[in-house]
This record gives sequence, structure tokens and C-alpha cells, in this order.
Amino acid sequence: MTAPVTDRAAVSTPERASFGPLLRAEWTKFRSVRGWVIGMIVGVFLAILVGVFAAGNASIGCNLGPNSPQLSGKACLPYVPIGPGGEAVTDSFYFVRQPLAGNGSITVRVTSLTGKYSVGGVVRAIPGQSPGAGMTPGLVPWAKAGIIIKASTRQGSAYAAMMVTGAHGVRMQWNYTHDTAGLAGAVTTGAPRWLRLIRSGSTISGYDSADGRHWTLVGTVQLSGLPSTVQAGLFAASPQYLKIIPFFGGGNIRSGPSLATAVFADTSLHGNWPAAKWTGTPIGNAKNGSYPDAGGGFRQAGSQLTVSGSGDIAPVVPGPGSSVPSSVIEQSLAGLFAGLIAIIVVAALFVTSEYRRGLIRVTFAATPDRGRVLAAKATIAALVAFAAGLVAAIVCVAVGVPRQRNEGLYILPVSALTEARVLVGTAVMVALAAVFAVAVGAIFRRSAAAVTAVIVAVVLPFLLAVTVLPNAAANWVLRLTPAAGFAIEQSVPHYSQVSTVYSAAGGQYPLSPLTGLGVLCAYTAAALMLAAWLLRRRDA
Amino acid sequence: MTRVLRAEWTKLRTTPGPAWLLAALVVLTAVIGVTAVAATRCPTGLTCPVDTAKLSLTGVLAGQAVVATLAVLAVGTEYSTGMIRTTLTAMPRREFVLAAKAGLVGVLTAAAGAIAVGISVLDGRLILPGRGFTAARGAADLSLGSGPVLRAAAGSVLYLALVALLGLGVAALVRDSAVAIGLTLGLLYVFPVIVTFIAATRWQRRIERYTPMAGLNIQATTRLHSLPISPWAGLGVLALWAGGALLAGGLALRLRDA
Repeated sequence: MTAPVTDRAAVSTPERASFGPLLRAEWTKFRSVRGWVIGMIVGVFLAILVGVFAAGNASIGCNLGPNSPQLSGKACLPYVPIGPGGEAVTDSFYFVRQPLAGNGSITVRVTSLTGKYSVGGVVRAIPGQSPGAGMTPGLVPWAKAGIIIKASTRQGSAYAAMMVTGAHGVRMQWNYTHDTAGLAGAVTTGAPRWLRLIRSGSTISGYDSADGRHWTLVGTVQLSGLPSTVQAGLFAASPQYLKIIPFFGGGNIRSGPSLATAVFADTSLHGNWPAAKWTGTPIGNAKNGSYPDAGGGFRQAGSQLTVSGSGDIAPVVPGPGSSVPSSVIEQSLAGLFAGLIAIIVVAALFVTSEYRRGLIRVTFAATPDRGRVLAAKATIAALVAFAAGLVAAIVCVAVGVPRQRNEGLYILPVSALTEARVLVGTAVMVALAAVFAVAVGAIFRRSAAAVTAVIVAVVLPFLLAVTVLPNAAANWVLRLTPAAGFAIEQSVPHYSQVSTVYSAAGGQYPLSPLTGLGVLCAYTAAALMLAAWLLRRRDA
Repeated sequence: MTRVLRAEWTKLRTTPGPAWLLAALVVLTAVIGVTAVAATRCPTGLTCPVDTAKLSLTGVLAGQAVVATLAVLAVGTEYSTGMIRTTLTAMPRREFVLAAKAGLVGVLTAAAGAIAVGISVLDGRLILPGRGFTAARGAADLSLGSGPVLRAAAGSVLYLALVALLGLGVAALVRDSAVAIGLTLGLLYVFPVIVTFIAATRWQRRIERYTPMAGLNIQATTRLHSLPISPWAGLGVLALWAGGALLAGGLALRLRDA
């Protein structure tokens, strides 16, 4: 079995040409077949048409108050604060504050954190009644209360906070997206938590303690652009109650507003606090949709302060946990599935039609090193598919995103770098799928079998994951199959400090963008190696 | 017509492809079905009003790709090998050739599909109660004796047969296996994906009602009022697509040079 292989190597070595002419030969083959060029163009057009169509038909309707007319489309775009990192954020909570001029510190003991929630839709604060009247007792996991130092009362301004939470222990959070764990366990009268924030210039350090004597540094953060006088004090917030009933294609969700109430004792302040008294301010409000209007307030009795608040201080994520009807840029890339099928067909034909017409014998006679022929074909398919994918992705996003915005969907902003990663990554994914099709085409030598195999491997798992499979199974499918590559499209990351339904149907993949692409890459590499091995072993 | 049928039957019987593909149909449908069923669990303390029949028949989504391949190859191979000229010389009534192919591929698909669907429903019946999907917790009873389950099972077999006819018609129309399989799988897979992306409920409904994916509504056994289209009407939509494709393919075959 090994003899012919050695033989061929001996023959081919002296005439081993450089890769360039081989590439040119394959490129000539590709561009001179009219059907393939048309197929690629059709793929790009399909991706754009379907994508732009899918993006532009949301027609969000809204009603901004009891007396306002029914609005739709762009008029419904909510005001969404933007955090220091450029991301959309929720910044609504009850703030009991004083100005702090220059450096200083604040220390408190939290003796209790309790909560209330409602699933019966919106519960409005009833004037003259204590906040939370008529709601069910219970804490949501990310209910939070503690101390905060914030650049100003403007929504989206920089901050750092130490807090106790409903189910995640003590945390230090800053600038919306950052979250560090401190002491574990819930806060009770028997097990209070001491929290401390120290400001020194633009540096803020957070400490926690279980006894008020032994302190642990949880984190030290730099808040750039912090003014000399900042707002500091106590806060309480409670994101919407979310009950997720695991179901198919995501989950069945019941949600409603919630309210957290924390009791603080022995507040001690160091530094220059010129106001010398606490002011209660609700940050954010129900009008812009970001503050679930369950009320909030504070009460002072001796050295004890009770603060109630609703809302959240966190990034906005797409999906049912989102406080605004939001969308993401990759939503416009839906048409890619249609385009991808056309590109897979062309890429498979690029190999299989040589077998059908017998051209493969001429090709192998001209270049006896069959692995290099495969490499040249894969390279040309990858380059062409990359170009097609890039054009399709750029046009889809450039046209689809403004259309979605026009329909009243808030598109979660991402950095230019992230947007570039989504667009270029999508093109790379299309290129990898094309190379996968080339390899599978070389393995099967039959176009129909190759096309079916690649579509079943790449598109079908995604379809199963977003439509019929329950969440856990869907996540495994998107970890283990070539469809994992679609993760490269995800523009807004998973934030564990925000409760929502993280599902493939909601555009949240179980793997990080690059890992997901890596899985597709591994499948493609394995198929290429198998193809190269088979090409060498088999008669043409 | 009998001679045409016998000729086509000989072609299907004596090439290894169809037999392998029919076996693949059974295996893939059953494996995906078992995997989907085994990956699902009703969380303790909750009721799970799940459509157990539909869940057990998940494999049909994968099996249809194999059916499409089988159907497309039945026509496509004749064109790629040049056999079509011999076929049409021997049997000048071209529409009979396509009809014979459609009949044979449809019956073979239905036979293999019946085995695949039978295994899937049996698996669901054996596995799902152990996963918490019992009648006491709101899950539908999964017995072929119940009307809706029988409709879902028999309908899935018909669905697969109609997919075969769709693939056959498309292949006769475009005369190239790769393009035909791409088109057929595109028709079957792209719409359900697009629907999950699309924001407008109006267009979602239209796509769910009038594209080939409407045929999958035949698998529903519970909450029929919330379906975009009733089970049999959905299968009817797919039948229209398949009939349209066959008609177009037949006309093209008649009017064009081979």
C-alpha cells in the first residue's frame, strides 16, 4: 500500500512547482465557469435581500402616557443612557447621596436586605402608601444595595459601588460592566456585612468585612474623568423579577417589577462632605422606560437608614431581561443563511465537477502532489467566499441597522472594533464553511452528497438549536457542531450580573466568538486532512 | 407505464446509493429524535405541557435532508452521467418517466419514513415518561391509538414523501444535483431560520403559513389553536409546493432538450 505513495513522491519532487501558478490555475478554473460566478453573486444578493427584509419589519408601537396618542416606529425609540465604555446601560436606582469634595471614604454596616416583587404586570407606586404595597415578598437574585461613589447624578456616569445582593453575596461593581465577588452568603441581622469605599483621586478601593474589624480589599479601580466633587452615599436597586419556565426555543417568561429594601447602620464618613445631610434622589424614571416604577425612598431613624429602590445599575442585554425593545447589529445578518447555502453549493461543485467531467485526472497529471491541489482549491474557495461574505455582511448591517432603528428598535451600540469583528468574523465563517464544503466535496466526490452533508452539519444544528431543542441541549449543539461558528456574530457579550434568558434563539451563544469560530475551524481542518489523505490513497 | 415503472425500479434497485440513503434516513431520523428526547427533562416541581409527539419527531427535520438527496439524485444522476438520453430514447413519454420516478421514490421514502417515524414515536413513548413528561404533569399522551398522535406520525411520513416529490421536481427543473439539493434544502431550512430572526409578526405568520415549513405543523398534537396554520392545511401547503415543483419539472422535461 505504501509503495505507490513513495513512488509518486519520488516523481513529483523534482517538478515541485511553487504554489503561485497552482493558485492561478485554480482561480482561472473558478472564474471561467459562469455558473459558479453567478452562484456566488446570487449568494451575496440572497443574503442581502433576505437580511434587509428580515430587519425592516419590526413596527414597534408605543404609548408614552395615558393621554398621548399611539405612536409607532422611530418615535418609540427610548432614551437609553450610555456608559463610560460606550455600551447601553440601565442606570436607575434610589440614591441617598451627599456631595464628597476631594478624597474621602464611606463605611456602612448593612443589617438586612429584603425584597418584594410582582408578576401581575406593572405595579405603580401608590401615593401615601409605603413602596411595594401589594407585592409578594421575595428577593430577586441581583437585587442590590450598598454604597456608591458616582461622578454625578446623570444616568450613565462613571461609578464604583460595594453592595450586598439577593443571591450573589457581596460584590464590587463599577462602570456597569465590571463585577467582582466579595464575601459570599446572604446578609442577615445575625450576619451583617460591613462595606467601605475609599476615594483617592480617580482611584476607588472597595473593602468588605464580616465583623467590622478585619477588612478585605475586594478591588481597586480607576475611574477616568472623575470630577473633584462626586456624589456618594447609599443606594438600592432591584432589577425586574424574571421567572423562567424552561421550554423549547428559549423559555416561557413571566416578569414584573421588584423592589429591594436595605437597612444601613453606623454610617461613617471621612473627608469633606459639605452638605452634611442626606438627599434622596430617584435616578432614572418610569417615563424613559428604564425605571420599573415600583417606587423607592428612604427613612432615617437615629443612626439607622432604610433605603428602598427599584431598577438596576448594569449593562443592557438583548432578550427578555432587556428594559427596552432592543436589538443587536447581527440581527441584520439573518439572510446569511440563504447566501451560505448558495456559497456551499458553489464550493462543493468547485471540486466535485472536476470528478464528474474527468478533469481531475488532468489536474493531477499536471500537479502530482494532490495535497497541494486541494490546498490551492481551498485557498481560492476561501478567498472568494470571504469576499462574498464580507460584502454581504457589510451591506446587510449598513442597510439593515438603520431600517431596524427606523422601526423603533433600539440597536445596542458596540465599539467600532466589535463591529469590525462581527463583520470580518462573519466573512471568515463563510470562508471556513466554503473550505469545509471543498474538503467534503473531495471526500465524497459527489456534489449532492457533499452539499447535503455540509448543510446538515452547519445549518441544521443551528436550526434545531433555535427552534425545537430546549435551552441546555441547544447550548450543547452550539458547542459541539460546526454551527458553533455562528458565535462570531454575537456583538453584546454575556454578562453574568444581569438576569435574562441567555439562549441561542436570543442571539446568545454558549461559546465566546473566537472559541466558536475555532470549533468550525477544527472541523474544517479535520475534513481537509481527511480529504488530503483520501486523495493520496485513492485513485482519482 | 408498467414498463416505465419497472425500468425506474431497476435503476433504483441496482445502484447502491438509494438503499444506503434509505438506511441513512431511518438512522438519522431515529438518532436525532432519540437525542432530542434524551436531552429534554421536565424540571421538578413544574408542569410540562409539552407536545411530546412533536418532540419525538424532531428527527424528521434531519431526515428530510436525506430524502431530498435521494430524490434529487434519482433525477440528477441521469443528467450527470448522460443516462437521461438513453432513458428518454427508450421511453419517449417523458412525463411518464418523471411520474414513475415520483411514484417509486415517494413510496420508498414513505416506507423508510414509516420505519423512522415508528422508531421515533416508540422512543418517545419509552423515554419521555422517565424524564418527567407524564400525563399527570400536563404532557400529552404518546400512543398511536390517540387520534392526534396518529395524525402526527402518519402526517410525518406523508411530509417526507412530499419532500421527496419537491426534490424530484426541483431536480427535473434545474438538471444539476448540486444546485437542486441546494435549492431544496434552502426551501426547507432557510425559512424556519429566517422566522426566528424576523421581528414583524405579520411576516412571521405569512412565512409560517405559505412556505414549505408549513408542512411541519402536521406534527402538532396540542394547542392546535395557536398554530399558524392547521395541521392538514399546512401539509396541503407543502403538497402545493411539491406539486408545483413536479409540474414545473415535468413541463421543463417535456419542452426542453435533454
